[in-house]
Amino acid sequence: MHVPDGFFNVAVSISAGAVAAAGVAVCLRGARRELDDRTAPMAGLVAAFVFAVQMLNFPVAAGTSGHLLGGTLAAILVGPYTAVLCMAVVLLVQGFFFADGGLTALGVNITLMGLVAVAVGWTVFRLIARSARGRGAVVAASFVAALVSVPAAALAFTLLFWIGGTAPIEVGTVAAAMGGVHVLIGVGEGLITAVTVSTVLAVRPDLVYGARGLASPLVLRDADGDTAVPHRSPEAPEPRRLGWFLPAGIVVASLLAGVVSFFASSSPDGLERVAEDKGFIKRAVDHALSGQPLADYGEVGGIPVGLAGLIGVTVTLAVGVTLFLLVRRRTRSGHESSNKVDGVSA
Amino acid sequence: MGAGHHHRIYLAGDTVVHRLPPQCKLVAVAAFALVVVATPRAWVGAFGLYALLLAVTARVARVPFAFVLRRMVIEIPFVVFAVALPFIGFGERVSFLGTALSVEGLWAAWNILAKASLGVIASVLLAATTEPRAMLLGAQRLRLPSLLVQIMMFMLRYMDVIVDEMRRMRVARESRGFVARDIRHVPVIARSAGALFIRSYERGERVHLAMLSRGYTGVMPVIGELTASFRQWLVAGMLPGAALLALLGTWGLTS
Repeated sequence: MHVPDGFFNVAVSISAGAVAAAGVAVCLRGARRELDDRTAPMAGLVAAFVFAVQMLNFPVAAGTSGHLLGGTLAAILVGPYTAVLCMAVVLLVQGFFFADGGLTALGVNITLMGLVAVAVGWTVFRLIARSARGRGAVVAASFVAALVSVPAAALAFTLLFWIGGTAPIEVGTVAAAMGGVHVLIGVGEGLITAVTVSTVLAVRPDLVYGARGLASPLVLRDADGDTAVPHRSPEAPEPRRLGWFLPAGIVVASLLAGVVSFFASSSPDGLERVAEDKGFIKRAVDHALSGQPLADYGEVGGIPVGLAGLIGVTVTLAVGVTLFLLVRRRTRSGHESSNKVDGVSA
Repeated sequence: MGAGHHHRIYLAGDTVVHRLPPQCKLVAVAAFALVVVATPRAWVGAFGLYALLLAVTARVARVPFAFVLRRMVIEIPFVVFAVALPFIGFGERVSFLGTALSVEGLWAAWNILAKASLGVIASVLLAATTEPRAMLLGAQRLRLPSLLVQIMMFMLRYMDVIVDEMRRMRVARESRGFVARDIRHVPVIARSAGALFIRSYERGERVHLAMLSRGYTGVMPVIGELTASFRQWLVAGMLPGAALLALLGTWGLTS
């Protein structure tokens, strides 16, 4: 599923690159939480493991075989952030050292096989594993998560191809074909992921990130036969910090609106097209504000489309932040009590 | 463990291309790929010029053409996709050898094949003339986050070890008469993957402890600064520069 150069136009390549870079930056921070100071060596070895696992071909149907993508497997074993990093590193190495996957398509590849596959796989896994407890639930959740993640990545590919692909295809047919083939590969991926996770659970349950809640508490027995269960501070979920997320989001949004919009197609969109063909576009009434300079993304006022996009992002952001602040002020009283508890334990 | 760090794709040599600092080559190849992708598909002449530029580069770097061709097999799955396009594409059709092919699909197939092949050849030339370790140092010079560079360093260093481990497990399976043939054999492969994960993870823990005991503080010491002179940047810029000239020249001729 390594996309080579030439599949996507420059606009999609660059914006997917920006999305991938932002995602990897988020994961670089997140992985430090999952692996503390061991990030570099552990993630490196896990990446080498993912690379090796991608060489495991399994038979899908008579004559054909697929290979493991490994995103969901890595997410369940070492955590989602580390998994994205590992996938990104594997793809970088494959692109630069093995000429597998195009250099301009690197962003697309990392977005599809790293971000989408891991995010979908991990979300599905958490949803199922949280609703039921026990080892069986974890194994079943890994199967479903891995199965879903492969067609999800394939459909994301179709979506991107529809937006900025270089070939004329009907999105429905391609989605059906890509989805169908990848459901088959997904079944293989799911089986291998589930059995791998259950094997590791049987031997070293402490190594499975997705099953940390299952570990039995440590029991100390001293010479007189007294047993004691050392109190383990329950891992309180850290308060979500939005500090870095906001600027990153603004950068991506501005890039999309300000740069990529120049490449956007100026032909009518699907609805406009259908409307024109069916002859009901004339029935559309001019927008009440169509005279103002920003109307139709700047075309009326002679403002460059990128600038219009930037202004749009700024306005949207201002409204969003105001709403966010309004909502937060109401819930603040509840936050303060939990902050106090944090202060004591730290 | 000391043996076997052979990366078959790297060709040792001492040419102008080999001697260029890695960061220059990385930027040059990325810029070249961008120029290729930005070229409209109808400008067939420009693609010919790009191929010629790559051929000259390969000659200067003394990379045999057969070597490049062998490494291009990686492209095959997408060649299959491209070949299917004229049949599944829609729009105007031409008949060729009795089958109706979509004109739009034929253009799309040509577009993907030409751009993907040029990109793959450029990457193969980069990998053939740059040592993996040097490539990482170059990436670090280009301000790739150092944590990412470190992860890649560990991956490259231990990839052969882990792949060898997997090979030994496969030899052990096969010497006991096991070959994966159908879906019922998946559990065996999955158990091997589980064992491989535990071995990789535990090796990682040992490596981390060994590094801590040698004074690792989270930063890798860099020995020898890699600096590129203006002249070297200029030499590296010749490939994407010439490609850009070819693009602009074709534009001037067509419009």
